[in-house]
Amino acid sequence: MSSFDLSEILGNPEYVSMLLLGIKMTFVVAIGSWTLAMTLALLLLGLRYAPGPLGNAFVTAYVSYHRNVPTLVQLLLWYFGIFTLMPDPVTFWLNDHNAEAIFAVIGLGLCQAAYFSEDLRSGMRAVSPGQMEAARALGHSYVSAMRFVMVPQGSRNALPALINHSVSLFKNSSLAVAIGVAELTYAVKEIENLSFRTFESYLLVTVLYLVFSLMIMALGAYVARRADPVRSGRA
Amino acid sequence: MISDIIAIIRDYWLLLLIGQYPNGPLGGLAATLLLSILAIAFAFPVSIALALARLSKSPFLNWPVTALVYFTRGVPLLMLILWGYFLVPLATGANVPSFLTMLVTLVVYQGAFLSEVVRGGIVALGHGQMEASRALGHSYLGAMRYVILPQALYNVIPSIISVFVATIKDTTLGYVINVPDLTFAASQINNQLLTQPFQVFFILAAVYYVICWSLSRVAIVTERRITRPRRIRP
Repeated sequence: MSSFDLSEILGNPEYVSMLLLGIKMTFVVAIGSWTLAMTLALLLLGLRYAPGPLGNAFVTAYVSYHRNVPTLVQLLLWYFGIFTLMPDPVTFWLNDHNAEAIFAVIGLGLCQAAYFSEDLRSGMRAVSPGQMEAARALGHSYVSAMRFVMVPQGSRNALPALINHSVSLFKNSSLAVAIGVAELTYAVKEIENLSFRTFESYLLVTVLYLVFSLMIMALGAYVARRADPVRSGRA
Repeated sequence: MISDIIAIIRDYWLLLLIGQYPNGPLGGLAATLLLSILAIAFAFPVSIALALARLSKSPFLNWPVTALVYFTRGVPLLMLILWGYFLVPLATGANVPSFLTMLVTLVVYQGAFLSEVVRGGIVALGHGQMEASRALGHSYLGAMRYVILPQALYNVIPSIISVFVATIKDTTLGYVINVPDLTFAASQINNQLLTQPFQVFFILAAVYYVICWSLSRVAIVTERRITRPRRIRP
């Protein structure tokens, strides 16, 4: 192996553009699945607290499946399994619109929704039931009591866990390489194949992952501090 | 659909269970469990050492280990696996089997992760235990070995089981470097069948679900058992 030379990669426009595309795709997958996960988590939370036994049972089963089956296996099941069961027009449309990325977003989003909903549930359980009773007594409907009284407090309680799982979700976007999504891990493999600069390639991408993860943690810490000035010692 | 699944299990159950052994390397579910058990077995002493280093007042011990823990928290496990797979042979010149690469990576990764669990257990005990032990003449190591660690590790048994479950799930990433585990066996079956990918990966998901769910139940039951005595005798 010749001497360490980072400029071999950073000085090559082809490699840099591959890297930038990988970064972009990583964030597309991460942000897309995060959005899907958070939306679903709120729906699942609502289902859990809805009257009747069916909602709670469904959410329990959903969370149990997504927590006990490895994320990679879920992605493989989506892309290689469910994809092939879909009718041809849907298949053609998906193939025209980057099917790998779509299924990565769906797979990671559905999986992460289970964790987010459990975080929110823990946060909600930390809020006294008296709050709901007081809100109903003052004339709030169930939905508005949940929306204006319970969820804001519950989500603040859940913030630390949500931040941790958001970092996990970002890291899990690297799993999309298994179904061919051209994200950061995919990019490093391509660059390494072309340049034979194994050490430089992996060092670069590892540093990028680390920097982005720490940025997300810092952003999360900032959001947590802003959301709860009392607990963080301000106000 | 159901008959397809039954047919796949009937035709390929041995491949799913032990891979190509004895004609080839041990694979399938046996390899997954072996990998997970070995990883936790080696990660456990590593995590205790790292936890004690993290709690140490010496900056030479504390800061490097803290950096290692944050590094493993910030980098995807897949990147660590690829580091091991591509760079270790390059650096040492020796050809390393993918199973061993995966094992070492999991030990490092879960060792760092588990060290936070162990550290949490130790911190949760409070200072009084250590101070009382030192007052009675124990050295630091003696106090840690006979008083602190037994209590702390007992308390975190459920978390250790949870980390074991996470390790089993993490072994699936070996798929990317062709570790012959359960996921690899499923992809081999899929390559042979070609026409029933949903059924194959459904079976794969179901097997992981049963194993991980069962172990999670063990963790919950264990946790109840551990916390029970505290309530009876406050």
